[in-house]
Amino acid sequence: MKIRWFNTLPVIIFIALLLCLWLGLGRDTNLLPSALLEKPMPVFTLPDLNNQPLSEKQWQGKVALVNIWATWCLPCRTEHPILLKLAEQGVTIYGLNYKDDYQDALLWLNQRGNPYQSVARDVGGLVAIDWGVYGVPETFVIDKKGNIRYRLVGILTEEAWQKQLKPLMDTLQEE
Amino acid sequence: MIPEIGHLALIIALIFAFLQAGSGLLSSDRAKRTWLTGVTPAFAFGQTFFLLFSYLALTYLFVNNDFSVAYVANHSNTQLPIYYRISAVWGAHEGSLLLWVLILSLWSTCVAWQLPKQLSKSVATQVLGVLGSISTGFLLFILWTSNPFLRLLPFSPEQGRDLNPLLQDPGLIMHPPMLYMGYVGFAVAFALAIVALWRGELERAWAQAARTWTLVAWLFLTLGITLGSWWAYYELGWGGWWFWDPVENASLLPWLVGTALLHSLLTVSSQGIFKRWVSLLAIAAFSLSLLGTFLVRSGVLTSVHAFANDPERGVFILILLGVVVGGSLLLYATRAHCLTSPECSLGLSRETLILTNNSLLVIACATVLLGTIYPLILDAMSQVKLSVGAPYFNRLFVPLAWLLMLILAVGPVSRWRQSFHVAVKPLLWSAMGVSVLIFLINVFVLQLFWQVALTIALGIWVVLGSTIAVWLRTQFHWQAMKHLSLRYYGMLLAHLGVVVTAVGVAVVSFYSIERDVRMQVDDSLALAGYVVTFKDVTPYQGANYKSTRGQFTLQLKDKPVSAYLFPEKRVYLAQGMPLAETAIDANLWRDIYIALGEPLDNTGETWAVRVYYKPLVRWLWLGGLLMVAGAILSVFSKKKKEQHENPLV
Repeated sequence: MKIRWFNTLPVIIFIALLLCLWLGLGRDTNLLPSALLEKPMPVFTLPDLNNQPLSEKQWQGKVALVNIWATWCLPCRTEHPILLKLAEQGVTIYGLNYKDDYQDALLWLNQRGNPYQSVARDVGGLVAIDWGVYGVPETFVIDKKGNIRYRLVGILTEEAWQKQLKPLMDTLQEE
Repeated sequence: MIPEIGHLALIIALIFAFLQAGSGLLSSDRAKRTWLTGVTPAFAFGQTFFLLFSYLALTYLFVNNDFSVAYVANHSNTQLPIYYRISAVWGAHEGSLLLWVLILSLWSTCVAWQLPKQLSKSVATQVLGVLGSISTGFLLFILWTSNPFLRLLPFSPEQGRDLNPLLQDPGLIMHPPMLYMGYVGFAVAFALAIVALWRGELERAWAQAARTWTLVAWLFLTLGITLGSWWAYYELGWGGWWFWDPVENASLLPWLVGTALLHSLLTVSSQGIFKRWVSLLAIAAFSLSLLGTFLVRSGVLTSVHAFANDPERGVFILILLGVVVGGSLLLYATRAHCLTSPECSLGLSRETLILTNNSLLVIACATVLLGTIYPLILDAMSQVKLSVGAPYFNRLFVPLAWLLMLILAVGPVSRWRQSFHVAVKPLLWSAMGVSVLIFLINVFVLQLFWQVALTIALGIWVVLGSTIAVWLRTQFHWQAMKHLSLRYYGMLLAHLGVVVTAVGVAVVSFYSIERDVRMQVDDSLALAGYVVTFKDVTPYQGANYKSTRGQFTLQLKDKPVSAYLFPEKRVYLAQGMPLAETAIDANLWRDIYIALGEPLDNTGETWAVRVYYKPLVRWLWLGGLLMVAGAILSVFSKKKKEQHENPLV
């Protein structure tokens, strides 16, 4: 077979492009840098599941995950069992229930189990804006002083936990 | 039951697509396999039938508010008007993909029906095979990662989340189907190119057939882009009409290459040269459509269109992209040498001009592509996050557009294989002189910005060039002009469309007046010779939204009121999402554009108001429509007439 090298140029360029896209795919979907990295959590006071006021002060003191979720969010259904497993292993998880119905949220947690230490209900979605949330689900890692240290956009998968969140949380525990 | 039946129809469609691919690709001219030529169209029809069925099933679920289906629950609502429930089917990822393959199968059906009349049956069958393979890939993608029929059981919500309010707009009902018709339509030219490379033969008849298919796809894409730009202008409330957003760029890339393809196909059909180049362009146009789908659907680029996305989908599309594009480029690398062209002479002939046009369009495409994916490449290399903005695109794209207009004028005057006719040279020089003069008058007498002056002068240069071309062929004799083909007039009309759009872009970019002001009831604002008065603000209740509606009057200074304008500030109930509905007083020469911002005090009588004056903004879309009209004329042109034209050339 006769191959002219000039004719192979398009396919070579394409492979280079594909490689870039593939690398981009691995990165972007997991990590969107937050403007709040290394900064304290935004101040808020919201009702919790018992309609008692809850503020960010109550989430300080431990290395923890803050998970933004909603009952209408489909990926949250995939994520929920993973959160439950982490909670069983002793990971502290706080929930920010985003633009949701109170009754729906209660029903969800009763039927599927509650992985959260406490849940702040952000009915209007304004607190989520302060956090820079861009789509549900999202998960933040906070340190003992209540500073945001990491932001994960999208589903918290087993892989993301093992590779990114767990190592980070282990080092934060030692700080 | 309906969701399951729709799902089943989708699976049956996949089987048909697979059969279409298999029988089409295995068919050949050998006697043993001729039966495959007979059954392949039947598979294409079967695929279309079941996809249509599946699509109608999904529409039925939307119309009847079946919120046990996740896709319906997430994108519809009982309060949503019926026409938006029907268009909500393609309001998000799963449904738009279903529409995508449905349109692909419709193109397959048209190919099965029309292509055998243009080219041999065996070529048509193989083209169907290639189209069937693409369908198979996309149907697998839908069933694997993006099934619109998945149920939410036992947690079915009582009420749906509603369609994104931005998409609840008449302009957007038709925008995605038009765009997809264009994107997917390039698949036919792509399949034709693959078959030509495979068989090692690319004849003039092939180019004529390919040109018609490409033209139809191109006109839909042009219409889709025009609609999208118009929608962004009045719906987003910033008065912008093009943002160089990755998703917009994704539609521009195949358009640029498709335009290049249309021109070089002419060269193949009339001179038999540029065969390899044309097959490469055909592959590129569809590949860029696929790349656009990937960029939009994988969430790899952050854009206003994207949401937190599912990475699995991205991987699948990337694999699909790799197989389809990589495979066809590999085919090109090994087979392109079989497509041989006769020697061509350069010089100022039409083929040289088309080659220049193609180079400029491809460079423009590469520029936009680079700007779109540069943030991605940089992130992959060095983990720096940045975005490439309008200044980059404008600085590089605009000069290329000027160069294109410069040669656009002489294209229709030029001749194949030889330089310009002796009679036109003095005419062209005088046209050039007139254009330069107009440029100088614009700059020094009228004091226009030089960019605007240049665009107008180039526009006149193109119009004069076209006039010379018509003169050359007819000397303006009525009989001769009647004998020019529709295709010829279509070409002139499309070129005029480019001029109209370019002048509109230039003027609106440099002479818009944008005022963000604080206005109280009864306040007036003077703007570009007009007076805008804030009369009143009242609450208003829509079907699925609450609204605050302002009343403004518009008048020329010292003249009676000429128009009432009612911009709104809406809150859509289901998602609590606020949206500004703009009010526009439009005519051919200018728009007055009013958007209501936020209330500035508790009485509700003081508001932040945006008032824009946009000269010639309508020309942007008018030009797009002229291009579409030109393409339509060209599609309906009869071939016979073309033999009679060209007495002089």
